[in-house]
Amino acid sequence: MSFFDAIKNIDRRIIFLFIALSVIIPLLARIEFTERAGPIVKNIFDKVESLPAGSRVLLSLDYGPSTVPEIQPMVNALVRHCNEKQLKIYFMCLWATGQNLTTITIDSVQAKEFPEKVYGVDYVNLGYKAGNEGLINVIITDMKKMYTTDVHGTDINKLEIMKPVRNLTSFDLIVGLGGGTPGIKEWILFAGDPGGIPVAGGCTAVQAPLLYPYWPNQLLGLMGGIKGAAEYESELIKHYPKYKSQSHPGINMMGPQAIAHIVIMVFIIIGNITFFIERSREKKGKLG
Amino acid sequence: MHISANIMVWFGAFLTLSILSFLYKDNVFYKFAEHLFVGVSAAYWMVIGIWGTLFPNLIAKIYPGGVRFVLPSLADRPPEYYYIIPAILGILLLMRLSRKLGWISRWPLAFIVGTTAGFNLVRYLRSDFIGQVRNTLIPLIVIKDGSFNFIGSFSNTVIIVGVLCGLIYFFFSKEHKGAFGVASRIGIWILMITFGAGFGYTVMARISLLVGRMQFLMGDWLGIINR
Repeated sequence: MSFFDAIKNIDRRIIFLFIALSVIIPLLARIEFTERAGPIVKNIFDKVESLPAGSRVLLSLDYGPSTVPEIQPMVNALVRHCNEKQLKIYFMCLWATGQNLTTITIDSVQAKEFPEKVYGVDYVNLGYKAGNEGLINVIITDMKKMYTTDVHGTDINKLEIMKPVRNLTSFDLIVGLGGGTPGIKEWILFAGDPGGIPVAGGCTAVQAPLLYPYWPNQLLGLMGGIKGAAEYESELIKHYPKYKSQSHPGINMMGPQAIAHIVIMVFIIIGNITFFIERSREKKGKLG
Repeated sequence: MHISANIMVWFGAFLTLSILSFLYKDNVFYKFAEHLFVGVSAAYWMVIGIWGTLFPNLIAKIYPGGVRFVLPSLADRPPEYYYIIPAILGILLLMRLSRKLGWISRWPLAFIVGTTAGFNLVRYLRSDFIGQVRNTLIPLIVIKDGSFNFIGSFSNTVIIVGVLCGLIYFFFSKEHKGAFGVASRIGIWILMITFGAGFGYTVMARISLLVGRMQFLMGDWLGIINR
């Protein structure tokens, strides 16, 4: 068997092995690259940075465990930033799986890193409600119609943070952090556009190309995949250097990401070269 | 190296490796993890639906006293009896489970289809049609701070040419010949570049998930790396 035949008939498991190694080795070697926020991500950071203390930010965590590696770094960075700016954070989710992830975020970031913040005064977990875009359609006119209690079953009217909130227009910024439908698109269509509320987003890389057309008129900014998360983290570290010593998974993941991409590109190039060589051989064979 | 002593981390690692083992070939560990996932997901959605929506948004509205032991903060609210209508529609939807009465479920389904279509028609028309047309109405020559901005002008030109040529490619009432054919071919290139960008982003997403799992296995489980 010639070299080209061997390459052409390569077992897909060998490719899997190469991809695995391209991720494992950079993780062990701690390969990191310098990240710099592009205008689409920087817009979100600048908006949060410009909000006066006490402004209300709605974080909608619309994702599940399968997209945690991509979305969670964005959520953590945003929660840290909002707390640094003394903003009021309202957690909610359009995905049932988002409820547990919200609890994890609150336990591991909000309550752990900002113990001085009081639940029900500085932040609240509204939890999950069924209805997808229908839910947004209701809460754009009356928030308390759907949210009678918070996630712990406390009457919404007894929470200090909920007193000034009537509907979605009561928020200064909505950030949809999602891995699919319903997600950022629904926030744009059912809240941002009809209510004139600034909507920003953080999404999986798969979703990003579908959402870029909404920027900048309908979408304030977008964190697309782990690259978007890394850019936001880099901007946070730039403005708040104390976060340099803390975990920044977005930036950490970009090292293995870049190496794996190079390996994939090499395989694509090899695949194309073998394809053209094979075609040229077939042509020669026909002529011969 | 600091191997985790948490049994849940070990179980998570076992499930991760079970799923990844499918890359080699189908096996009993993969099947076990897959079935466990389906079962747990179904139960999770049901529990969340009951405690997150059914109790606070329906039962507590119709009969607040009935939720005294689970949601005491809502027990003293005045009842809102018009919630009986969605409750009836919900019960009618469950008629699908009966062969004889299954046809009744079409009524609430028709209500859902009708309202969803109505809501979406307006919102999509406004945001996805008018909004997107407006996003394309941009100047070809961008002047920034009193001077010509090349990057801005180039970006806007790419957007406008890309949209027009992409639309021309899908215009089949005229033969794609001459200048129209050239625009159509540019449209194909634009589409191919878009698909390429989409593929690139998909690769990034999948690698991110792999990195996430490897970080879990090598960090949380084996303790080889710090997270």
